[in-house]
Amino acid sequence: MAVQTLIEAVRSTLADEMRRDERIIVLGEDVGKKGGVFLATDGLFDEFGGERVLDTPLSESLIVGASIGAAINGLRPVPEIQFADFIFPAFNQILSEAARMRYRSNNSFACPMTIRAPYGGGVHGALYHSQSVEAFFAHIPGLKVVVPSTPYDTRGLLRSAIRDEDPVLFFEHKKMYRSVRGDVPDTDYTVPLGKAKVTREGRDVTVVGYGLMAHYALEAAELLESEGVSVEVVDLRTLRPLDGTTLLESVGKTGKCVVVYEDNRFGGFGAEIAAILAEEAFDRLDGPIVRVTGPDVPGVPYNHVLEDWFMPNPDRIADAVRRLAAY
Amino acid sequence: MAATRTESKAATEIGAELGLARDDLLEMYRLMVVARAVDERMWILNRAGKIPFVISGQGHEGAQVAVTYGLRKAHDWMVPYYRSVASLITFGMTPREIMLAQFAKGNDPSSGGRQMPGHYGMPERQILSLSSPVATQLLHATGIALAAKIRKTDQVAMTYLGEGSSNQGDFHEGLNFAGIHRLPVVYVVENNGYAISVPMALQSAVEDIAMRAAGYNMPGVVVDGSDVLACYRAGRDAIDRARAGEGPTLIEAKVTRLTAHSSDDQHTKYRTAEEIESEKGRDALPLFRDQLRSAGLLDEESEAAILEESRKVVEDSTDWAEAQPEPDPATAQRWVYADAPPARMDDELWTGARFAGDGGPFGTLAAEED
Repeated sequence: MAVQTLIEAVRSTLADEMRRDERIIVLGEDVGKKGGVFLATDGLFDEFGGERVLDTPLSESLIVGASIGAAINGLRPVPEIQFADFIFPAFNQILSEAARMRYRSNNSFACPMTIRAPYGGGVHGALYHSQSVEAFFAHIPGLKVVVPSTPYDTRGLLRSAIRDEDPVLFFEHKKMYRSVRGDVPDTDYTVPLGKAKVTREGRDVTVVGYGLMAHYALEAAELLESEGVSVEVVDLRTLRPLDGTTLLESVGKTGKCVVVYEDNRFGGFGAEIAAILAEEAFDRLDGPIVRVTGPDVPGVPYNHVLEDWFMPNPDRIADAVRRLAAY
Repeated sequence: MAATRTESKAATEIGAELGLARDDLLEMYRLMVVARAVDERMWILNRAGKIPFVISGQGHEGAQVAVTYGLRKAHDWMVPYYRSVASLITFGMTPREIMLAQFAKGNDPSSGGRQMPGHYGMPERQILSLSSPVATQLLHATGIALAAKIRKTDQVAMTYLGEGSSNQGDFHEGLNFAGIHRLPVVYVVENNGYAISVPMALQSAVEDIAMRAAGYNMPGVVVDGSDVLACYRAGRDAIDRARAGEGPTLIEAKVTRLTAHSSDDQHTKYRTAEEIESEKGRDALPLFRDQLRSAGLLDEESEAAILEESRKVVEDSTDWAEAQPEPDPATAQRWVYADAPPARMDDELWTGARFAGDGGPFGTLAAEED
């Protein structure tokens, strides 16, 4: 058992998988000698060479589109989009091509590939280096969307993603890259896609989150424990396919739910969680479904005071839980 | 870059220079005739109300057959576009398989009836499925070629597009990457002068799309799309270059669009009657027929035999495909992912609640009443 940061978990898993399966290639901007702007691919170029670790031009559509073609012709690409904020030139390739290839060809063709993209705020990245973009992609049938929150899950989920037969978007929160550490067994374990995890058991209120917000939910639960509010935390881990069973079991037990996401409130991924609970759990609810989210402004503003204003945090989550618990 | 014509010499003489035997020349002609007959039948079926949509390759057949002819079937990769009927037939797709897509039948090998007509693809023939957004396929061909290079498979990828598509960003991103890595890929622009209704003068600041190849350090070849043998030469040279590891080529075949853009387009709104009439003079099919006639390869009898065969093929493929079963709506949720269809929420707590479909207690009640 070793302790790794989240970025080390990404890096070591990429290396392990590339050793295991020579069909895997990594491609993206600065992923080669530099090892990526966050060093997620550091050392891969030296170990596997320029043919399997490709520095691409600044061409996100190419990064994804060529990965689709490479997957069709026998490789397992793991493209990196340098920041999730810059994924949109590739949106057409992801939505119209990768996600639809299997369905539109009636299962004749598939795109097994894992698109990695760092996301999230709280890192002084302002409007264009802070976005949470998962809602755009979780909307798309044919894609799988994964957001790990621990080094253990990062290793297990990234292995599952790379070995999956369908395209997976793998979002890594930048603020967690070096601030989150955890035990990782030195084994070839996997964490299945589509399985949420109850990371803290409680009786009164369920808090649902993913990525950085899964940590903030746990911190909020700690704050509330001394006040006698028992909080259950569900870390979704995979947004699509969604683990509805774990979600409904938890809310069925507590009868109250706070959904936390960092993205803009309107139409965010947590809105789907709220809709599902309203449809499927209506007669088990003892209060309104409450969201704690980023505000509806076009991006995370830069100045630290403004950024703090934008970001959901444990205090805000605790406030919402307190009010809901008292409902 | 002036387009070259080869008609001053006899077809057999040019064929011999190109390594094409008499049978090759006749086979290329036959493929063009079959493709035209299949294409004409699509329009008849559309006008008869049997298929809702047609997108046509009439006027492109000479370039499509000839540029494609040098590929190795079931080894190389074809990444087609929606006008590629003659290319597909040249690469081994059968008229029956094409008609299954036209009728969108359950056993349509391209999509099982899920896609509009014109969106072909077959893994066993190494023909990649295509979508409707244009130029996306260039990046797939580029990636296929990247994998071929990495895996050392000796494969060439050939992809096709209209000149309209050459204005998309994916054109630049794909050709740039292929140029950098000298990938074994051939980009074939079939320039018919119109992006639906927008003429070339409003699409491109340069007259020849092939000029852009210079920016990607690859050859840009302009070829007269009505000159079948010149098109063959351009395709063969590009395929040879790619297979030899010398990198990609951009071919621009100047073709004509003999029909409207699609069955939903009225091209008389933006083309004059004179233009539509005079463009028939650029149709490769009669021009190649005349070449073969004057070279003594085709006489009335053999020509009639080819026509009769194509007529039979079209009759057979139409009747057969029309009689095939429709897709079963019960299968419409399949193959979103490789694994099982989306899970139903039917554990003990939430009996009957359905996660993937019409949700909630109301959906459940409605389902129970059925």
